[in-house]
Amino acid sequence: MALLEVAKLEAFYGQTQVLRGLSFKLEEGSVTTILGANGAGKTTTLRAICGMVRTSGEIRFAGERIVSRATESIVRYGIAHVPEGRGTFVRLSAEQNLRLGAYARKDRAGVAEDLERVYQYFPRLKERRNQQAGTLSGGEQQMLAVGRALMMRPKLMLLDEPSFGLAPLLTEELFRILGAISRERQVSMLVVEQNASLALGIADEAYLLETGRIVMSGKARDIGRDETVRKAYLGY
Amino acid sequence: MDLFLQQTFAGLAFGGIYACVALAVVMIYQATDHLNFAQGEMAMFSTYIAYTLLHHGVPYWWTFLLTIAISFVGGALVERLIVRPVEGTSTLNEVIVFIGLIAIFNSMAGWIWEYTIKPFPSPFPKETLIPLKLIGPHDLGVIGVTLLVLAAVFLFFRFTPVGLAMRAAAQNPDSARLVGIRVGWMLALGWGLAAAIGSVAGMMVAPIVFLEPNMMAGILLYGFAGALLGGISNPVGAVAGGFMVGVLENLVGTYVPFIGSQLKLTVALVLIVAVLVFRPSGLFGYVVVKRV
Repeated sequence: MALLEVAKLEAFYGQTQVLRGLSFKLEEGSVTTILGANGAGKTTTLRAICGMVRTSGEIRFAGERIVSRATESIVRYGIAHVPEGRGTFVRLSAEQNLRLGAYARKDRAGVAEDLERVYQYFPRLKERRNQQAGTLSGGEQQMLAVGRALMMRPKLMLLDEPSFGLAPLLTEELFRILGAISRERQVSMLVVEQNASLALGIADEAYLLETGRIVMSGKARDIGRDETVRKAYLGY
Repeated sequence: MDLFLQQTFAGLAFGGIYACVALAVVMIYQATDHLNFAQGEMAMFSTYIAYTLLHHGVPYWWTFLLTIAISFVGGALVERLIVRPVEGTSTLNEVIVFIGLIAIFNSMAGWIWEYTIKPFPSPFPKETLIPLKLIGPHDLGVIGVTLLVLAAVFLFFRFTPVGLAMRAAAQNPDSARLVGIRVGWMLALGWGLAAAIGSVAGMMVAPIVFLEPNMMAGILLYGFAGALLGGISNPVGAVAGGFMVGVLENLVGTYVPFIGSQLKLTVALVLIVAVLVFRPSGLFGYVVVKRV
């Protein structure tokens, strides 16, 4: 059974329809990427899964119907959303940001363990644990957002443009860590990314989104070799 | 010199009451970006509840705790039932609801308890073991109670997970939802806490100004002045601002002849205008800087 099943998903901002009948599946333990131009509906797809936009259609997570539920209930199933723009709690300390990630958890020992693990993945955050999160650099805030998501001990991570605003070296570092997390922690991931070659690099499956519809899907490897995709999104 | 110290201490006692009101105002402002104009009337209504409990023979400190608890529940219910339907629609809608709440609480209090002035007891003894020269026992008690309330609020926000979740929900509601915080309930909790803090202010000020439906009108104005002076975005600053306004008001009333006790309220208004013109973020407020 697929971890996430989306069928005939439609989403709206006011009167404007952004997703026009999206269907896809995400297998447990896999990394899936959604590629597409600006405005294709990538971010909206992630927001729809978390109940942050008006949607219709079917979304099942681990067999459970989650569509039209409140965001705060959906995430408690084990879906961690790393939002566009990082969603930092700017006036709280870095460590408080991380601890908030575990807000819905009750197992104190597990939380302490996961905090240490996040600091292992991102030693920079440990150095800055008591610093006000708003004063962290863009890259550090992105790490903080990923760390906060990990603190939920999620089954699925939704990552929205993790490379946005990061220097190339930092981006590579981040994707290396994301790859490690998915392998070591068995966390499934749905990644939306402008930088298609990076995203295809860590993904197993890929979907191509155009104006709210999926126009191509397959193994990430094959999609990366497809000529139209290469010309349009990889630039060679 | 004695007069100066006496007036300063008396100012601190009133300042404590303003500080509570300022803190209540700031709590809701932080969560919603709006000033609850009905904060004072809610506190007045709470004081009437305390009055009724006392009248039925409940001992003072039990009344005190019960009133705080009832106010907390009442504040949360006001948010859930009355404010919630207009939340996030438009500023004007919310402000009009706040003004409506003023009218509702004021009229309800007048209807239930009548508009006649009622005495309200002070829990503190009239005489102290060691005679106090500079400050009355009630004033001293008010300062003590205020500091206790502030300490409790501080500890709540600093050290409890729910306190942290409330701050998170106020700073970034979307992110808060994404970690599973029920933001709507946090707002209700904020209203409840604000009402509870306000009820303390009401019970502390009632022995001085007497209980009547309009007793908080002036106090709320000073509370706003305190919150603005200290910084509307910073609870600690708002509390400091409340104390400062109390002292300033008293000293100006004593030493500036043409102001006296008649023009004291004007001081608060002048202060509000001055802060808004010269330092809108207050003395200790955060200036919100956005990276573009």
